Amino acid sequence: MRLLNIMSSSVYIAGVGVISGIGNNVAEHLRAFEQGQAGMGAITMLNTIHQGELPVAEVKLSNDELVAMTGLPPNTSRTALLSLVAAHEALNDAAIPDFKSLRTGFVSANTVGGMDKSEGFFVDFLADNNKGKLRNIFDHECGSKTEIVADKLGISDYMTTINTACSSSANAIFYGARLIKNDLLDVVIAGGTDALTKFTLNGFNTLMILDKQFCKPFDEHREGLNLGEGAGYLVLVSEKVAQTLTKPVYCKLSGYNNSNDAYHQTASSPDGTGSYLAMKGALEKSGLKPSDIDYINLHGTGTPNNDSAEGTAVKRLFDPNYPPMSSTKSFTGHTLGASGGIEAVFSVLAIKHGIIYPNLRFETRMSELPFEPETKFQKGQHINNVMSNSFGFGGNCTSLIFSRA
Amino acid sequence: MKTYIRSSSCISPQKTFRNEDFLIDIVEYTGPRLSTIEPDYKEFIDPKLIRRMSHVIKMGVAAAKDCLNQAEVEMPGAIVTGTALGCLEDTVGFMTRMVEQNEELLNPTAFIQSTHNTVAAQVALMLKCHGYNNTFVHKGISFESALLDAIMLLREQEADSILVGGTEEMVDVSFRILTRLGLYRRWPTSNLELLSTEAKGSIGGEGAAFFPLTDKTSKDNLAELSAIKTLYNINDIEGGITKFLAENNLKPGDIDLVITGKNGDLKNDAVYKQLGSSIFKDSNISNYKHLSGEYSTSSSFALWMAANIIKKEIIPQTVIEKQIDNKSPKKVLIYNHYLHKYHSLMLVSAI
Repeated sequence: MRLLNIMSSSVYIAGVGVISGIGNNVAEHLRAFEQGQAGMGAITMLNTIHQGELPVAEVKLSNDELVAMTGLPPNTSRTALLSLVAAHEALNDAAIPDFKSLRTGFVSANTVGGMDKSEGFFVDFLADNNKGKLRNIFDHECGSKTEIVADKLGISDYMTTINTACSSSANAIFYGARLIKNDLLDVVIAGGTDALTKFTLNGFNTLMILDKQFCKPFDEHREGLNLGEGAGYLVLVSEKVAQTLTKPVYCKLSGYNNSNDAYHQTASSPDGTGSYLAMKGALEKSGLKPSDIDYINLHGTGTPNNDSAEGTAVKRLFDPNYPPMSSTKSFTGHTLGASGGIEAVFSVLAIKHGIIYPNLRFETRMSELPFEPETKFQKGQHINNVMSNSFGFGGNCTSLIFSRA
Repeated sequence: MKTYIRSSSCISPQKTFRNEDFLIDIVEYTGPRLSTIEPDYKEFIDPKLIRRMSHVIKMGVAAAKDCLNQAEVEMPGAIVTGTALGCLEDTVGFMTRMVEQNEELLNPTAFIQSTHNTVAAQVALMLKCHGYNNTFVHKGISFESALLDAIMLLREQEADSILVGGTEEMVDVSFRILTRLGLYRRWPTSNLELLSTEAKGSIGGEGAAFFPLTDKTSKDNLAELSAIKTLYNINDIEGGITKFLAENNLKPGDIDLVITGKNGDLKNDAVYKQLGSSIFKDSNISNYKHLSGEYSTSSSFALWMAANIIKKEIIPQTVIEKQIDNKSPKKVLIYNHYLHKYHSLMLVSAI
């Protein structure tokens, strides 16, 4: 009886919130997409030797401005500041009646916690182990960022943090949905956040996968990714809560799967085994066929390796009928632990407004692929099912499917 | 549906790894930092890979493989781990070189192994396990979050064998910072006297404990993981525990053994003392952090201990705080809290 319930109950999306290099809220994002405005530019906020050399997609608000917007203490990590802006927008958007009386949870992802503060601390600490302000390190943990935001949102029934590198927040979203399906919670705000840090910038730079120009996902001549920052959250609700809402839900989360490539710590297997299994598993979970998918929001980082593996996996699953697809990282850059959450918001908005997002700067089809991404912004399309891909270090591959409710 | 612990493997500051003896020959430490006793990793990991692996990766992979061997599970259906601070050795290593070399000529190895999911990923890579793979990183309930995920996966019939583990490594930098934050004792204390000397601060620890969980019954299963719950910022912990037990049709008197998270710090231990004189006044009580040291996923050590106490029907002398009777425990409650903010309750039962 109980198992049947788990299998059959649906989880709906009642609210969305997002902040990234192309906007501070949902409305600004929709405008940027329509105008083809990418968020990349020169580094202005990190004190790094790579300034002027590597483009990044910064959120166009200083920490002071974010502090003023959120009401968090001045020294708060940018990771938590970005998280609160987007999570707050999502919760307001959902406008759930009687929120306080429900069993609520916050499941958030991030990859380097309070690293933006810790790396400052570390410079002083390395010079003298008795130096370095402890207030810049004591909440370094990934979980601290989640806790700061949950406290501010008034969520205390359940919270946790996931870190599976660049697939983190896609995993947070479907973990949140499962908490509802298992009848442990009624409402979960789920997604992720990551701020730009010197640590990640230098890390990706050592891997030689950062493009010195604006990235060109799924292009034959792509040269790497641009890092970005931001946060994106969905408000997930049970069927019961969905019925109490005063406006229609956006859609439902119909499918999800987390599979591991088990090939290499950072590189994807040539045939995209993990990505293929994740997409295939999500389709099976949703009960849909490949031909039912109306749009794919690709992981599409712009690195030679990712796009080749992901493209091969798409080919294995969808050939010969390819749905429209694109990488919105051509707008936001790769926001790492936030990307799954941010792109889930875009996927949900695609269903609501019938949007196909353009893949900016695409010129030449990849030689090994029989398809190419969409390059024109389209709206008012009839979109029933959207697939969103998020893959990360450690072979972690996750696909989500959102469907018209 | 029930959740069973098929086997267990634990690398800790005690002789817990592949040891027939169960906490008999106890290692004494007089400083505030307990380091794990290292197994011969060559038995579990290709020697070529060992050199590049940080301590936490080695511990995690070895404990994971060992418990799978014990349970004769070749391929788990899912791998879920918990760690609060993740791969500190590689994180600190990359950060140090980034500062010292002014962001130039950096080697990527430390960076690519610095993400918190590296242990779960390396286990998957070695087993060629393409199944569900997740890592929880939420402070003192990281391991509990992983357990909850595993229990849900079993309930959803996504897999019938799930590898779950808790890992944490202590490095010089984290020990120094946590010392400055006032977490550890300032004066030499024997870990064997940690819980009987009341003072400020505890002792730091580290370790890795892994368990294959299943919903299938077997006489070889160690124990049943009957229930798990985490509570946040709760004032009435007595009420919280009573409610948790009631949800499982139990009263405090039905618990044969309570394992507490006592760590020797006055402020930390106050709540355990209070419970020992109220709802658990007539209960057998044991502790474990004098053996493992304090760390965010130390509850995985406690689960290892509880499962083995039930299976072996022995409560090791070194963990006993209060012994009311000599019955072999059938129902064990683990109660641990993290800085009074996160409270975790695990109910472990005989099969």
